[in-house]
Amino acid sequence: MYLYSLTLQRATGVVCAVIGSFSGRDSKKSGGSSSSSSSTQEIAVARGTTLELLRPDPETGRLRTLLSVDVFGAIRSLAQFRLTGATKDYLVVGSDSGRLVILEYSPDRNRLDKVHQETFGKSGCRRIVPGQLLAVDPKGRALCIAALEKQKLVYVLNRDAAARLTISSPLEAHKSNTLTFSLTALDCGFDNPVFAAIELEYAESDRDPTGQAAEQAQKHLTFYELDLGLNHVSRKASEPIDNGANLLVTVPGGGDGPSGLLVCCDNFVLYRNQGHPEVRAVIPRRADLPAERGVLIVAAATHRQKNLFFFLLQTEYGDVFKVDLEYNNDTVSELRIKYFDTIPVASAICVLRSGFLFSASEFGNHALYQFRDIGRDVDVESSSATLMETEEGFQPVFFQPRALKNLFRIDEIESLMPIMDMRVANLFDEETPQVFTACGRGPRSTLRILRPGLAISEMARSMLPAEPIAVWTVKKNINDMFDAYIVVSFANVTLVLSIGETIEEVSDSQFLDTTHSLAVSLLGEDSLMQVHPNGIRHIREDGRVNEWRTPGKKTITKVGSNRLQVVIALSGGELIYFEMDMTGQLMEVEKQDMSGDVACLAIAPVPEGRQRSRFLAVGSYDNTIRILSLDPDDCLQPLSVQSVSSAPESLMFLEVQASVGGEDGADHPANLFLNAGLQNGVLFRTNVDMVTGQLSDTRSRFLGLRPPKLFPCIVSHRQAMLCLSSRPWLGYIHQGHFLLTPLSCDTLESAASFSSDQCSEGVVAVAGDALRIFTIERLGETFNETAIPLRYTPRKFVILPKKKYLAVIESDKGALSAEEREAAKKECLEAAGVTENGNANNGDQMENGDEDGAEDRNTLPDEQYGYPKAESERWVSCIRILDPRSRDTTCLLELQDNEAAVSICTVNFHDKEHGTLLAVGTAKGLQFWPKRNLSAGFIHIYKFVDEGRSLELLHKTQVEEVPLALCQFQGRLLAGVGSVLRLYDLGKRKLLRKCENKLFPRTIVSIHTYRDRIYVGDMQESFHYCKYRRDENQLYIFADDSVPRWLTAANHIDFDTMAGADKFGNIYFARLPQDLSDEIEEDPTGGKIKWEQGKLNGAPNKVEEIVQFHVGDVVTCLQKASLIPGGGECLIYGTVMGNVGALLAFTSREDVDFFSHLEMHLRQEHPPLCGRDHMAYRSAYFPVKDVIDGDLCEQFPSLPADMQRKIADELDRTPGEILKKLEDIRNKII
Amino acid sequence: MYFSNILLNFDNDAAMINLPFVKASDRFNINSQLEHLQAKYVGTGHADLNRFEWAVNIQRDSYASYIGHYPMLAYFSLAENESIGRERYNFMQKMLLPCGLPPAERDDD
Repeated sequence: MYLYSLTLQRATGVVCAVIGSFSGRDSKKSGGSSSSSSSTQEIAVARGTTLELLRPDPETGRLRTLLSVDVFGAIRSLAQFRLTGATKDYLVVGSDSGRLVILEYSPDRNRLDKVHQETFGKSGCRRIVPGQLLAVDPKGRALCIAALEKQKLVYVLNRDAAARLTISSPLEAHKSNTLTFSLTALDCGFDNPVFAAIELEYAESDRDPTGQAAEQAQKHLTFYELDLGLNHVSRKASEPIDNGANLLVTVPGGGDGPSGLLVCCDNFVLYRNQGHPEVRAVIPRRADLPAERGVLIVAAATHRQKNLFFFLLQTEYGDVFKVDLEYNNDTVSELRIKYFDTIPVASAICVLRSGFLFSASEFGNHALYQFRDIGRDVDVESSSATLMETEEGFQPVFFQPRALKNLFRIDEIESLMPIMDMRVANLFDEETPQVFTACGRGPRSTLRILRPGLAISEMARSMLPAEPIAVWTVKKNINDMFDAYIVVSFANVTLVLSIGETIEEVSDSQFLDTTHSLAVSLLGEDSLMQVHPNGIRHIREDGRVNEWRTPGKKTITKVGSNRLQVVIALSGGELIYFEMDMTGQLMEVEKQDMSGDVACLAIAPVPEGRQRSRFLAVGSYDNTIRILSLDPDDCLQPLSVQSVSSAPESLMFLEVQASVGGEDGADHPANLFLNAGLQNGVLFRTNVDMVTGQLSDTRSRFLGLRPPKLFPCIVSHRQAMLCLSSRPWLGYIHQGHFLLTPLSCDTLESAASFSSDQCSEGVVAVAGDALRIFTIERLGETFNETAIPLRYTPRKFVILPKKKYLAVIESDKGALSAEEREAAKKECLEAAGVTENGNANNGDQMENGDEDGAEDRNTLPDEQYGYPKAESERWVSCIRILDPRSRDTTCLLELQDNEAAVSICTVNFHDKEHGTLLAVGTAKGLQFWPKRNLSAGFIHIYKFVDEGRSLELLHKTQVEEVPLALCQFQGRLLAGVGSVLRLYDLGKRKLLRKCENKLFPRTIVSIHTYRDRIYVGDMQESFHYCKYRRDENQLYIFADDSVPRWLTAANHIDFDTMAGADKFGNIYFARLPQDLSDEIEEDPTGGKIKWEQGKLNGAPNKVEEIVQFHVGDVVTCLQKASLIPGGGECLIYGTVMGNVGALLAFTSREDVDFFSHLEMHLRQEHPPLCGRDHMAYRSAYFPVKDVIDGDLCEQFPSLPADMQRKIADELDRTPGEILKKLEDIRNKII
Repeated sequence: MYFSNILLNFDNDAAMINLPFVKASDRFNINSQLEHLQAKYVGTGHADLNRFEWAVNIQRDSYASYIGHYPMLAYFSLAENESIGRERYNFMQKMLLPCGLPPAERDDD
């Protein structure tokens, strides 16, 4: 089996982010005076294995993705630097490649170029290979890259005569047996660069059995100075520091500030510098924090402007503090920490000069905030001056989180991180199945419904008197910015609406309104044309109307036009061609009889600087499309013919203008594509030779059950195409690729582009008797999502097939139960002296209520503030029945007594007394540390009541371990209880044990069944294949895996095959060899005799691992499903970082050969950006086997043209054919 | 003691020839070569490595790997319901004494 791996939705979580002027472009062309303050800023974001550049748009306040590159390696750290006097920043990437990579963004070609790549060690995330920590001298003269232990390398950065960046060979600053917690560079102006690190030496404690050395182990703040003259790094000073230190933040220096460092420690922030006394302030604590917990700073950002700087530090609970320093020259006298605001916990925060704060949430959606103030008001503040030390230690300062005061959220970037569970199903009876994902953590948990396609946002919707058949928009003048009229055609009338402040009907437009229209468009510079069945009405700018009438009883059936040319088809199959002459008159030029009726017509747009377009496409009912010439010398003569599978319904030429660079991408040669919607629902796309009119490189794709109708529209300033079949699709160019993506809305009848004051790039469409205006959002994304809030971290969910409801189990460790939270909230409100206004805290509220929070500003939405922390051994949990259609929670059972739900399944027991029941496995008092421990496990059996909307507890059975896996099997319930596999039957008061097997190595985490086989996944030991013998009532293992796999997800593929994913980010398939499988099936004892013999404490048979692939992300869910109607099934996976991908099995050997060769060439010619070898990355834990990386193959179109040709030659194909292959295989998946 | 036995065995062995950069005159150097490796690559074992040292190395490597692989860190922090930053800090702290205190020295004869 060969698989094609394709990422459908790239990881959405953020590992780290830095801000810089990577494009080096000035936002205002202010004549280069102080270019550093006016250049635009971009945010470089590492999302696991992808590197992205985001740019906030100061006008709309939205973040736009400029570029997203898959680097095939784990990005661990980012830093930005600028050479003195330069205007552009470089990006330094520390990854698992054992290499240091310096990248430069070239805005013209929209790509990141590798400037330097320095190898220093082995690849992989190792303890002593640098890459985890990165620091750059603020003046861009040196950088230091460090490992967690021992190694630190310093590179000197400089420039050569041609002003190119140069990098020195590394200088070592190693220290053995020393852990590095954090690394940063001091800002010391143009003195020698100094790096500072928090270090901890462990050599002593490793040798001392009494534990005294370990107790006395002391963290040190060590300064490394790079002597630029001697080209040497020296360990300048090493001073003891608070043992809770975890993070260093550079304090501006060199004239802008006192220089030195902020050292963030557990509970404290210190100011330190060489030879400066320590200035210490305590971090204010939330009043409700248990005493056992510390307060740790997890993210930091610095804001610098002239004569002012401050720091924003975020704690692990999400509170942001503003840190100010009181200083005089180099002496800091006071450090103040003031409560700023509370936003969700971030992995990185960045302050932009334009007054924005970008917060990359560690789980859940990221956000862009605008500063309303910089915390000048009075607020809870702790200062080094008022620090009180008592006998019990330093006196804490308390505060209560409040609503946002200094920040204001203006944009949100959706993030699926973490995907905890996923199901693909078509619960809404739509054309394509929906992907249900349980995402997020704690109060920010959501159930998200993903639908393939682009989201639309509707701006207006109005009802029309009848059902329209077509809609157009026209401008009055070619130079107008906005459209003037919307023209709607009904069966026998035409309605004209004028676009202004409002959209209203007008009657002075000169359009003929007593008949239906076939086409309405702008002709020439400033005249309008309306084509109706009996003629062409040409409305001149001064109001004169010229009318051309059809000869005799003939009527016009089809029209094709562009700005200067019009072709009509009369009934009977006669074509008449008109052209606009110099005086603006529409003149008949040529006539031609076609053999039969014309099905559709289209004229290519007039090329820039030409009088006319040369190509007319005519579709006929004999399943052909002809290209006719419109040149005066061979007018209406055929140039080429293409036969198609079905009669064409609609034709459209799409011109891709030649462009060099530009905002969105690489060079595009000019290209003309002919698109045809065929009656069998297929969109047919072919390339038209600009000179000869020959057709080549044809592609087709099934769009839906109705013949696609094609309409031009504008998307991000480019020509795009709307294809309206049983659902609408958009064909557009995004980052250099042509994409054809469905839109998430119902069937549309007709559409046109729409541009007005309020909405510059919209679409107006008619469907049923409604006129709709909408815009298309978030281009380039595969899925659009709808979120339903949940209460706690979702662990698993099942679909209840009959009612199409979802049953979700949610649980959180270390949180207070709902009642306790309510009580605490009440108390807090009372303490704040607020009179409670009833509706805020009504007890039966189902959601964690962001609506409530918005209504009542005094209640703090938990989504923003997080749940108050409880002691770490406390658990809260709930079981929820959710109707995904109405998004209503129909039942929510909060578990009591420290119980946490861990597994769920539906089960139908033999006796049909209760019908379908819900089994939920729970653990009471679960603890992970120092060893897994619990007071009891339970299996709850619930009955559905109230038509499946609600649950009623039938009974609860105690078990001795955590029941992590449940599954129905032959009318009974199989449960994996710790390391025991047990079969239960339903009793009156509890479940009855029927049979068990205790031979599993660790903990059972997954159970799948098929016929009489049971596939059991063990937490550490991969799959075990079992059988149940009914006559002897025995469960026994007949095969297992020889590889230890820390299973995180499992799915059943076929009778002999299981797909699994391990904790280290690998996906693999385990298959029982055919001969063994046959033998077991034929053996009357079912391999039992053999089993009794056993082999090396394991099963007698071993499964083979037939597929291996390193995804580079912890896969949490696997499912076999098909995302498109009629498409083949593929294995869909979801990961912790919010990545959704698919593995598709190849159906032909030829394709396997082709793609493996393409992959091989790309590996050679286009090595990954961050220096990791692609093959080594995909084989990080186990050698990659029989999986072709589609993400690498899809980088082919981004290669330079000559490289594409070279690879294509090697493969005996043309680049076009390769692109077609790539498109085809993608279309098979989504 | 045990270690030197191995070295003696090398003396007239074919294995000796396979070792690169070792000339007959350097044969007392092999010790220093191993030492060099041990100094350069933390965790390179030696013949007298005891169970505790071995385990400590494995644990430190594991923690370093958890910290390096962000998705894994996120996975742990989901289980423990801690922030990722706190989880990273905890793992760093655990690298000090990953397996508890070392066993008391015993005099192996």
